[in-house]
Amino acid sequence: MSDGTKTKSGKEDIAPMLNFGHKWDYAPSLEATDLLHIKPQQGHFIGGDFVPPAEGEYFETINPATEDVISTVARGTKVDIDRAVTSARNAYQGTWSKMAGKDRGKYIYRIARILQERAREFAVLETLDGGKPIRESRDIDVPLAAAHFFYYAGWADKLEYAIPARSAKSLGVCGQIIPWNFPLLMAAWKLAPALAAGNTCVLKPAETTPLTALLLAEVIQQADLPPGVVNIVTGFGDAGAALVAHPGIDKIAFTGSTEVGKVIQMSAKAKHLTLELGGKAANIVFEDAALDQAVEGIVNGIFFNQGHVCCAGSRLLVQESVYDRLMQKLDDRIQTLIVGNPLDKNTDIGAINSRAQLDKIRELVESGKAEGCEFHQSERTLPDKGFFFAPSYFTGVAQSNRIASEEIFGPVLAVMTFRTPEEAVEKANNTCFGLSAGVWTDKGSKIFKVLSQIKAGVVWANTFNKFDPTSPFGGYKESGFGREGGWHGLRAYLEVCSCD
Amino acid sequence: MRLKVNKTHKMLIGGAFVRSESNRTLETVDSSGEFVSNYSRASRKDVRDAVLSARNAAQGWAKKTAYNRGQILYRLAEMLEAKSSSLEDESVDRLLYYAGWSDKYQQLLGTVNPVAVPYFNFSVPEPMGVVGIAASGGLLGIVSLLAPVIVGGNTCVVLAPDDCPVVACEFAEVVATSDVPPGVVNILTGTQSETLPHLAKHMDVNALAVCGSSLSRSELVGLATENMKRLRIFDQTGGPDDQGLSWIEDFQEIKTVWHPVGS
Repeated sequence: MSDGTKTKSGKEDIAPMLNFGHKWDYAPSLEATDLLHIKPQQGHFIGGDFVPPAEGEYFETINPATEDVISTVARGTKVDIDRAVTSARNAYQGTWSKMAGKDRGKYIYRIARILQERAREFAVLETLDGGKPIRESRDIDVPLAAAHFFYYAGWADKLEYAIPARSAKSLGVCGQIIPWNFPLLMAAWKLAPALAAGNTCVLKPAETTPLTALLLAEVIQQADLPPGVVNIVTGFGDAGAALVAHPGIDKIAFTGSTEVGKVIQMSAKAKHLTLELGGKAANIVFEDAALDQAVEGIVNGIFFNQGHVCCAGSRLLVQESVYDRLMQKLDDRIQTLIVGNPLDKNTDIGAINSRAQLDKIRELVESGKAEGCEFHQSERTLPDKGFFFAPSYFTGVAQSNRIASEEIFGPVLAVMTFRTPEEAVEKANNTCFGLSAGVWTDKGSKIFKVLSQIKAGVVWANTFNKFDPTSPFGGYKESGFGREGGWHGLRAYLEVCSCD
Repeated sequence: MRLKVNKTHKMLIGGAFVRSESNRTLETVDSSGEFVSNYSRASRKDVRDAVLSARNAAQGWAKKTAYNRGQILYRLAEMLEAKSSSLEDESVDRLLYYAGWSDKYQQLLGTVNPVAVPYFNFSVPEPMGVVGIAASGGLLGIVSLLAPVIVGGNTCVVLAPDDCPVVACEFAEVVATSDVPPGVVNILTGTQSETLPHLAKHMDVNALAVCGSSLSRSELVGLATENMKRLRIFDQTGGPDDQGLSWIEDFQEIKTVWHPVGS
């Protein structure tokens, strides 16, 4: 308990803290993995069955925390995509679009229920395949995924209320391409509203995280959905490109990078398109904010899921008058974050999803140092194997620095300051992105004034990174268009029926 | 016989009537091919000036109360009524129709979301910002795209249909005398095949509304994608039955707000 009142900046009595050094470490508390039965080789899920890839190729998926191979999965090609789209089309015309809404709803409810029953299995698999802390996959990803299916199941027999004064109809076959940061949850965000609206789907999971989607395919079998209503093709970008270019697709829904989103917008054949792309959210802390709560929100904003979050609060804007106090508290808090084995229930920050992503984070961090920003990092030791990056932040950041304008998608925060609310808004909006933002102040009128001027699709006031199936999510500007979640998210899978 | 005064039709940018900075003009002729008047042929620079005016007007227009925007659209309808022949009755009615939407669409497009955690959560429509409009189909075509765009708090740059520059310029005179703040509506004449590509790739335009353009969908997508413009292509502006809430919704973003309520 030495140096209790000495702060990093050398200033006294700003924020005294207890410091136990390494004398009070947590004993490991590992989640068991023996409930999983992972097949060594897994095919695509097409027409209700697991089928081998047409061209016979498989690829390995690894645990990013250990670099061990977990399984090999089918590498999808144009031929597989074509089969999946045909299967989805047949299911759309043959059963799903003709089925009574209440029956579609019952199938979706079944998926939700089975997901809840097998929740621990999903959580462990998600953590193994993607590297996120078990606490997050167990408490956030899997329960929210089930909640999404529950929410949209209830819409299936209420579509006549979906578009004011118009009849709604389904779109047809949806091609859905999802990222590796929330593999199961993104599958749920895509599939649940599409199915409720009466569409059939071809889903392409990310190449580094295919396993929970394939486990979801088992659940879909278990729920006895008509064959072909949901098809899952695993693979790389070329499989996604084949899906986007397929003339038999009525809608493309993509979550991923802005760069790929633009390519998709240019090449999509489908009439309907929604894109959830990158972000560089400002998290704005005013001097009258509850600073301890703000620190928790900043930490959650940038370090949740290793910062692999499109809506991450990656730009911290702090009012100058509280800068020293806030940064002291933040630095102290960052030192307490536990980085390590994602299966350990104590872990706050797990593994970076892939070597490629780790390289990208390192490259951007180096650019920040080269451009003269001051780098700060937790002093925790990292595991020897696997992909890890200690929680970090930059101070002395200019808006023109790459780390302030490009999406890092890792546990790296760029800190800037402001003097007036006007300056905060201007800096917050000085980005090509517009997905989310955070505002911290105890003054209600200031919250409303600021949030009304911020160009972002989701604004968290005195909180950050909250999600719910009833709450629409999606961006302004180059963060994409369309919304997922809630009534607005349902609308993205329906069109006005001109038949009446 | 009285000697006629030949009017030179000017464009509306930022509330001012201007010629093209390029000084280029085109001519209108009557049915017998006789010269009637000159009008401006907008250049790329005019497009950029107009976008700048629209951007400068965007925040003020979006901040006006819904009631106030409705009053201004109603005034616009009144001014057009005063100027119009029976040919324009439908355009007046359409402006009036959208004037009435000004304080209603929010309650139909916005939601309060019952999240499963102790937070107050709501979603509201917000204007997209600056909308580029390439119109066709005479005055009714212009009004049918413009009204849902501006009633929702957006500002716009209108490329008049190539075949009705005079009607567009006369409408600009109605706009300028209707309490519509300068820059909210900017109207350019000339040739759309020249101006639309510049408007479609301008990085400070948030959305495009296009009806009856010679550019194909894939050409427009190619131009609009760099800054992810929201692209709306209409086959026709249609009759009153086709118009409505969805036309306003097409130019709105949805913003969702969370705040703790305490448990």
